[in-house]
Amino acid sequence: MNGFSLGRVLAVLIKEFKQLTRDRLTYAMILALPVVQLLLFGFAINSDPRHLPTAVLAQEDSVFARSIVGALRHSDYFDLRYQAHSVGELDELIRQGQVQFAVVIPGDFSWRVVRGDKAQILVKADATDPAATGGALAALAALPAQALAHDLKGATAPRAVGVPPFEVIVHRQYNPEAVTAYNIVPGLLGIVLTLTLVMMTALSVTRETERGTMESLLATPLQPLEVMAGKLAPYVLIGLIQTSIILLLARFVFHVPMEGGWAGLGLGVSLFIVGSLALGFLISTAARSQLQAMQMTVFYFLPSILLSGFMFPFRGMPAWAQAIGEVLPVTHVLRVVRGALLKGQSIADMWRELAALAAFVCVVTALAMARYRRTLD
Amino acid sequence: MTPAGGWAIDVAGLNKSFGTKRVVQDFSIQVAEGRICGFLGPNGSGKTTTLRMLCGLLTPDSGSGTCLGFDIIRQAEAIKCQTGYMTQKFSLYEDLTIAENLQFTARVYGLDDRARRIGEALERLGLQARRDQLTGTLSGGWKQRLALAAATLHEPKLLLLDEPTAGVDPKARRDFWDEIHELAGRGLTVLVSTHYMDEAERCHEIAYISYGKLIARGTAQEVIARSQLVTFHGEGPEIGKLVHELSGKPGVETVAPFGAALHVSGTDRAALEAAITPWRHAPYRWSEVDPTLEDVFIQLMGQAEDNFA
Repeated sequence: MNGFSLGRVLAVLIKEFKQLTRDRLTYAMILALPVVQLLLFGFAINSDPRHLPTAVLAQEDSVFARSIVGALRHSDYFDLRYQAHSVGELDELIRQGQVQFAVVIPGDFSWRVVRGDKAQILVKADATDPAATGGALAALAALPAQALAHDLKGATAPRAVGVPPFEVIVHRQYNPEAVTAYNIVPGLLGIVLTLTLVMMTALSVTRETERGTMESLLATPLQPLEVMAGKLAPYVLIGLIQTSIILLLARFVFHVPMEGGWAGLGLGVSLFIVGSLALGFLISTAARSQLQAMQMTVFYFLPSILLSGFMFPFRGMPAWAQAIGEVLPVTHVLRVVRGALLKGQSIADMWRELAALAAFVCVVTALAMARYRRTLD
Repeated sequence: MTPAGGWAIDVAGLNKSFGTKRVVQDFSIQVAEGRICGFLGPNGSGKTTTLRMLCGLLTPDSGSGTCLGFDIIRQAEAIKCQTGYMTQKFSLYEDLTIAENLQFTARVYGLDDRARRIGEALERLGLQARRDQLTGTLSGGWKQRLALAAATLHEPKLLLLDEPTAGVDPKARRDFWDEIHELAGRGLTVLVSTHYMDEAERCHEIAYISYGKLIARGTAQEVIARSQLVTFHGEGPEIGKLVHELSGKPGVETVAPFGAALHVSGTDRAALEAAITPWRHAPYRWSEVDPTLEDVFIQLMGQAEDNFA
């Protein structure tokens, strides 16, 4: 009989299942992937980020100023990290990405509130990532009024009702029109490089093993680092070409502003390319087949998109998710690219990110070399 | 006694296990320089593992020795530089051309004058006209000859060949062996594993390994003589039918049909003669012959205890 046979289907099904249980990695992946994804991304993604690092500059020491600072301190949205002493210091903190917001309470604030003369609070927001600032800015507008409700007593009591006695002026910096593309397009650079570069080298050693050419390769005097360098070098060039294409598109299609910072950008992207390739190589020394290598690449790719600050504001994630994000090189290269293009950061401004990328390259290369086997044992 | 040129291979007590399987057990061998040593044994007997240990691809669990005067454990890198290894499975890059594969090999070994060496190798092979052909499109015989050319491009002193002629036609095999003899004539030492008896007979000496143990060693004649095997050659109508009747009888260690004839072998002459007595009459004709290498190997295979069972 050549018709459909459930028995034969069962035979195949059992065989497949048995093979699956023997391929431990695939098994682990199938089980772990949904769990990990659900846990990571279900909790981590937050389109209304809170606890954003904030610096405040109080140019007067008054009851009102203290109340506003206190209110900021108690708000979920803000995490008061710095008490600045000058406007220059505030600007530097924003530029380096240390804080998302800088709040300035001017020296004549109390005087103007009491007089009923339109008092102002100035808020500078790093709007590189518009999604990160929206909710917080809305909260900020209402916050001082509530804070001062207690302080406006006696002669100033009438000021507490009706129109607030002051206004909040918001300066969105680096991306004033809150154009999402300005944030996404430079970010895509890191994402595209991650996907293509890691995948390309993730197959390199595994392919040799699968095709049987590894045996010959190991019988030659080739050293592990030589194999690695030789395999990665062509892709460094490919990565640089990809970078150029993306930057040209960003400039001429999306009209992303380019403030400069080319030296830091070049250094950061180069480190990132080498790091991604080295990671691919590490994967290929651990994978037993090309299919496994692909699976591992995907496993790495998902958090790179979701936890790096590419799709969702980095500061909106809980601390543990941020900790994972900090380990991913793409997180740092995103900061480098956005910092250079949108803020014109210099190498000195972004040294933390560059150091993180360099550390990643070193650690991954060391691991790959430790894993690369010189023998067939 | 050390030969004039010294030992190209001199190892003792090599052991290798994979998991609980002892693939190679207390393996010792010495091969003099310029000799072709045939490495024989059934499938899974540890031939490939031994070759891999000799060229540094596997680390022995225990044992010691030298290849080309270098310690096989501590100086594996030095051995690699002067050894050519041809894998059982074709292991050149099929998506590179013939010339590109040789160029890769030449560069890996840091050879000078690459163009000349590659040109000469291609000339010897007669592949000059096809140098830009993709390697994957070559036939089996050509692939093997190309692999040999790649393995000898850096002019090694020791050549390890793992079943180099499996699946290759007789003419190509003969060409291949002519090349091996030419290389040995220039002083190269060759250790070659094979399943073919005619190839074993073309070796200067042979080593027979079974279940990871070396069980016979010497020239083909020595191995045959040492086996003390007595072989009777029987002819007659439908003599093939006697295989079932003879096998298992006391004194009969192997029974093998050879075309229209039968080879019956055993080490106990009296018992063997007794076993064939019922058929020692017309129309059957029996004569005692020298055992062939194959008779000896089949007997050796039967004797070796199966430690993997």
